[in-house]
Amino acid sequence: MKKKSKNPCGRRGEKIFSDICIIPSLAGVLIFFLIPFGIIVYYSLINNPVTKEFVQLDNYKALMKNTAFITASKNTAFFSIIAVPLAVVIPLVLAIILERNIIGKSVFRTFFLSPLMVPTASVVLVWQVLFHNHGTVNQVIEKFGGESVDWLSSSHGMLVIILMFLWKNIGYNMILFMSALGGIPKDIMEVAELEGASRAYQFFHIKLRYISPTIIFVLILSLINSFKIFREVYLLTGDYPFDRLYMLQHFMNNTFNSLDYQKLSAAAVFFSLIMIVIIAVLLISEHIFGKDVES
Amino acid sequence: MTRKEKTRIFNIILTVFICVSAVLFIMPTVLTIANSFMTSSEISANYGSMLSNMENEKKVFISENVNLKFIPDKATITQYKEVLFKNPEYLFKFWNSVILTVPITVFQLAVAVLTSYGFSRYNNKVKNLIFFIYIILMLMPYQVTLVPNYLVADKLGFLEEVNDTGIWKMISEAKFMKDTTIISLKQRLAIILPGIFSPFSVFLLTKVMRRIPISYVEAAKLDGANEWQIMTQIYIPLCKSSLISIGMLVFIDYWNMVEQPLILMKESELHPLSVFLSQINAGDIGLAFAVGVVYMIPTILMFLYGEDYLVEGITYAGGIKG
Repeated sequence: MKKKSKNPCGRRGEKIFSDICIIPSLAGVLIFFLIPFGIIVYYSLINNPVTKEFVQLDNYKALMKNTAFITASKNTAFFSIIAVPLAVVIPLVLAIILERNIIGKSVFRTFFLSPLMVPTASVVLVWQVLFHNHGTVNQVIEKFGGESVDWLSSSHGMLVIILMFLWKNIGYNMILFMSALGGIPKDIMEVAELEGASRAYQFFHIKLRYISPTIIFVLILSLINSFKIFREVYLLTGDYPFDRLYMLQHFMNNTFNSLDYQKLSAAAVFFSLIMIVIIAVLLISEHIFGKDVES
Repeated sequence: MTRKEKTRIFNIILTVFICVSAVLFIMPTVLTIANSFMTSSEISANYGSMLSNMENEKKVFISENVNLKFIPDKATITQYKEVLFKNPEYLFKFWNSVILTVPITVFQLAVAVLTSYGFSRYNNKVKNLIFFIYIILMLMPYQVTLVPNYLVADKLGFLEEVNDTGIWKMISEAKFMKDTTIISLKQRLAIILPGIFSPFSVFLLTKVMRRIPISYVEAAKLDGANEWQIMTQIYIPLCKSSLISIGMLVFIDYWNMVEQPLILMKESELHPLSVFLSQINAGDIGLAFAVGVVYMIPTILMFLYGEDYLVEGITYAGGIKG
């Protein structure tokens, strides 16, 4: 047994220890993310890595004129604007339904969560069968007298991608909403009931308000995940998909292949600035809503 | 109709709705598993036209349509035999996935334990700023983070397919590793190292550790425990279930990876199965279902074993601020 003794350095030593603890991680983050990111900002402002002439915003201007970048940004933005709100609303509805005492609640939870655990690469073949030119969905459409659609190589491809995104992400978001709804204090709802608040009032004015921080969080999360949709598109259609499915990550991959550091850096910096703005807006609104609930 | 009856009917409608959507959700997975037991002739009869379409060859197939089958006519395990025993290529790719994902998960958790302890025990302005930077970094998509990763990998010589610079030259000349081994090690490190320092698990674990009551620490200190003992004997055991759930989330994320190998791994031999699967789809469609099932086994097992942990982990993630 160890002898009982006071920590020789006392509180100060503990503080130093807790500072030392974060050094390995900080070093890694600095080496692999922050310092190279600084270099990238620098790269985005010079003409080429050899002469290193400072060209101000020329690289960014060139980027804004690049048709591939514009297409990729448009497609990615379009996808996110459609898919992200759906990825918030649908799980919320499901969570509210599951909140009622429905039999087999935990089984349903498992079912909805399962896509998260299945690698997209494993099931992509089924998606291909479903949305093939002569695939299952088209056969069903034809049976009902509709006209078959070339899903993967037309603008309808976006719909397939959105479905795949929702399939993957709904379970995760639903869990977050279920726990948030479960966290609403019971007495608040009871008081509302006693005071004769209508169901709709209870929902919109109390529940939604209460879980608004979670809504914001799910929004951020889904937004981040929506930028990962490249995986699905790549697995489904490969390196060069139909024009409408050409995502930002495709653009990045192709720029990596040509090793155009200036274009690449400008794109990364530009994208990170947009992300920071979006996240800041969402975090500030979370802050405002959060306060609202506490008071 | 009384209000009670109305509610009951409403509940039944909702249950039916939920049932249908739940079935739709597991359909792709179930279909993949069911189809993996088909004979290769049955697969080419049903999905053959898809194959010919992809390779632009004019082959004649029984039916032009792609028939989605729920139950194979004759269940066999020949596809699995082929994948697991006859054709070592798939197992190699599976191993590629393991050798990338397991080190990332294990070391990311190890780093996260240490870091989160540092963040949760004492706070100051600098640390708060660092934590805030971690959050921003965590929210950055691959399109942003892969560029710095690539730059570092390039500077450290991870991307070269020869060993003639810096430390790699020294290792190569010391001759305790084959040159090809060094090259594959380098390419793997290019993905593993940034993965280890990804701030995701630090963020989650710090939130968990900040909830540990200070009185536990005080009590331990009265018993003469030092900081190291407080971390290993109080914090880690208390966070055990969170560690499992965070580990699962990290594992799934990297098991699914596509972006990093495409950019950071020049040699397609080393690509994980997740990337490779999209390439065999065009070729050997008969095996693709079985390979897909083999690939989902680790994550499915995790899910069956630790669903509650997973749910707990996701719940902890709720809310950006601790």
